[in-house]
Amino acid sequence: MTTTLTREQHLELYYFLRLNRELEEQMVRLFRQNKIVGGLYPSLGQEAISVGTAYALGPGDWIAPMIRNIGALLVRGFKPRDVMTQHMARYTSPTCGKDGTSHFGDLKSRHVISPISMLGDLIPVMAGIAMAGRYLGQKIVTMTWIGDGGASTGVFHEGLNFAAVQKAAFVLIVENNQWAYSTPVEKQSALRDLADRAKAYGVKSAVVDGNDVLAVERTTREAVSYARAGNGPVLIEAKTMRMLGHAQHDAAEYVPKAMLEAWKQRDPLDRFEKVLTEKKLWDAKTKKEIDERIAREIRADVEFAENSPFPPPESAEEGVYCEGCHTIEADWQRPKEELMPPRSSVKAEWPLKNFAANGARPPAVRQPAPKAKPGKKPARAAARVRAKAGR
Amino acid sequence: MPETTYLEAIRQAMFEEMDRDPAVVLIGEDVGVYGGAFKTSEGLLARFGWERVIDTPISESAIVGAAIGMSYAGLRPIAEMQFIDFIACAFEMITNFAAKSHYRWGAPVPMVLRGPSGGGVHGGPFHSANPEMYFVHTPGLKVVCPATARDAKGLLKSAIRDNNPVLFFEHKFLYRRIKENLPADDFTVPIGKAAVRREGRDLTIVSYAAMLHASLEAAAELAKEGIEAEVIDLRTLLPLDRETILASVRKTNKLLVVHEDTRTGGIAGEIAAIVMESAFEDLDGPVRRVTSLDTPVPYAPGLEQYFLPSPAKVVAVARELAHY
Repeated sequence: MTTTLTREQHLELYYFLRLNRELEEQMVRLFRQNKIVGGLYPSLGQEAISVGTAYALGPGDWIAPMIRNIGALLVRGFKPRDVMTQHMARYTSPTCGKDGTSHFGDLKSRHVISPISMLGDLIPVMAGIAMAGRYLGQKIVTMTWIGDGGASTGVFHEGLNFAAVQKAAFVLIVENNQWAYSTPVEKQSALRDLADRAKAYGVKSAVVDGNDVLAVERTTREAVSYARAGNGPVLIEAKTMRMLGHAQHDAAEYVPKAMLEAWKQRDPLDRFEKVLTEKKLWDAKTKKEIDERIAREIRADVEFAENSPFPPPESAEEGVYCEGCHTIEADWQRPKEELMPPRSSVKAEWPLKNFAANGARPPAVRQPAPKAKPGKKPARAAARVRAKAGR
Repeated sequence: MPETTYLEAIRQAMFEEMDRDPAVVLIGEDVGVYGGAFKTSEGLLARFGWERVIDTPISESAIVGAAIGMSYAGLRPIAEMQFIDFIACAFEMITNFAAKSHYRWGAPVPMVLRGPSGGGVHGGPFHSANPEMYFVHTPGLKVVCPATARDAKGLLKSAIRDNNPVLFFEHKFLYRRIKENLPADDFTVPIGKAAVRREGRDLTIVSYAAMLHASLEAAAELAKEGIEAEVIDLRTLLPLDRETILASVRKTNKLLVVHEDTRTGGIAGEIAAIVMESAFEDLDGPVRRVTSLDTPVPYAPGLEQYFLPSPAKVVAVARELAHY
């Protein structure tokens, strides 16, 4: 796997991966101390996807991270304290205690949309932002993530099809971590590669080893530039493994031990550290400096979070409606004179091309399917992923 | 100046708002080239072009989802449900995504979701719904139900300029049946304010949308018997104008609520509770309701007529209440 990233960018990727992991380990400690008010959803083993995909975007692009995409939030500039105070329901959290977990965002500067628990909803929402961006002349790309379980929802399909026909500059990361709570991916879909769903909608797709941060970053970068050029959406299936339970309360005893062992050998952080060493991009001193910086940052933010107050109870009544607290402003990147005053001269008839050829196409003659040659199996995606991972 | 129909008033509101503000766009099924199933958006594509008048696949969740996304990007989208019954397909997007957005993370959703609702046109169980109460029960939304052409235009303009998700339920029975002279200027009608449509001293009839007209007809009948009904048009169900209702009940001491929505869980129950809490001592009789039956909307004309409230049904209950 080749990459065009500089040494500094490699080290920055390591910083985010390690920060993602250390932050979540700290959160587990807080959970055990009973300081996390609600659930805690781990992304152990999946950090390369959150970090690598978000890292491939430009600052003007929009993301909507899902519950296990803490790494994407960190890449986007949120701090450990934002994640901690959210989970600990403090008044200093990005939502002032109104919502928990990674359900927060920043419309104005970071262009991060807060997720909701209903899976798939973010797909049409992000398609809509991409459509608005195109209309406003912004040249932006939007991205969200969905799991193997979330890809079974109706709105996943509605949203992807919608994005395709609108040619939205939208990238969808299907984070296939093999498990939706206790249900294995085999019980979500009969497909071997969830990426194949894209074909049904005329959407370009790719499969990537989700535990290889450089592969994830490069594949996403290509997808982003394809989408930005106006070619329509891209779906990337990143294959990975959820290494812990659905949430902190779930011991995940339903997961075969051998499966965990196998995936443990492919830990994204271990692998990336090996790459950095092999490529001589760092030494023990550099690693120590980054690790110590992360430890300092987390320590400071734990202190901040623990010293933060809970919200005043009466604030529960505030903020249901926007009554003048926000100014709605679009960021116009094209001259409004193109649009105002409206002077379109569209004729109310579809400018369809080649309809005669489509209509005249003779019905396909069905041939009996050739029998598969015994002993010759089709190329399997898993094999492809293994090949890409150098195994 | 020719009179303007309720339908034309809606078209004018969209046309004028899109003319005024390039951030306003229209998205929905068959809204562009065809001009909408009821021709509500006829001519908009010709004037505003493909970028602003967007025909979509039959995907109500995606339509509403995309509209939410557009509003996050600073646009003011109007999303259309071809018939309001199909709003059920987008229920999740509206109630969980749009409605909670500002409360939970401070992100306003300046979106209008509009479409033809209501019965009386033999649409059957899936083209006649009055789904307002699902949404009145959802904090974060605004729910508007205009009964006149003037309100349809003025309230839709207010809805488009509002920073919150506004559900705008047009009553399709009224589309071409009512018309009036509209002011030529850029007027709006405020969301959340009821209107007293007829003054009276003997009882208050609270209604909205098509049933306002049934209530006014009933009031005219009642007047012949010497019963003077005060008729209130709610115009907005969420937020509800409690003050106008309570002021009227304090004057007439009797309350009848008339709505085309089904009975159980209709707005009448909420209004009755408000009056019990805040004007119990002023009541000289039980709060009464005239509503549709607790059934789906039936198809056969005779069945639908039996299902719906009518001026005669309103007169009968109002008379009882007046003499209580």
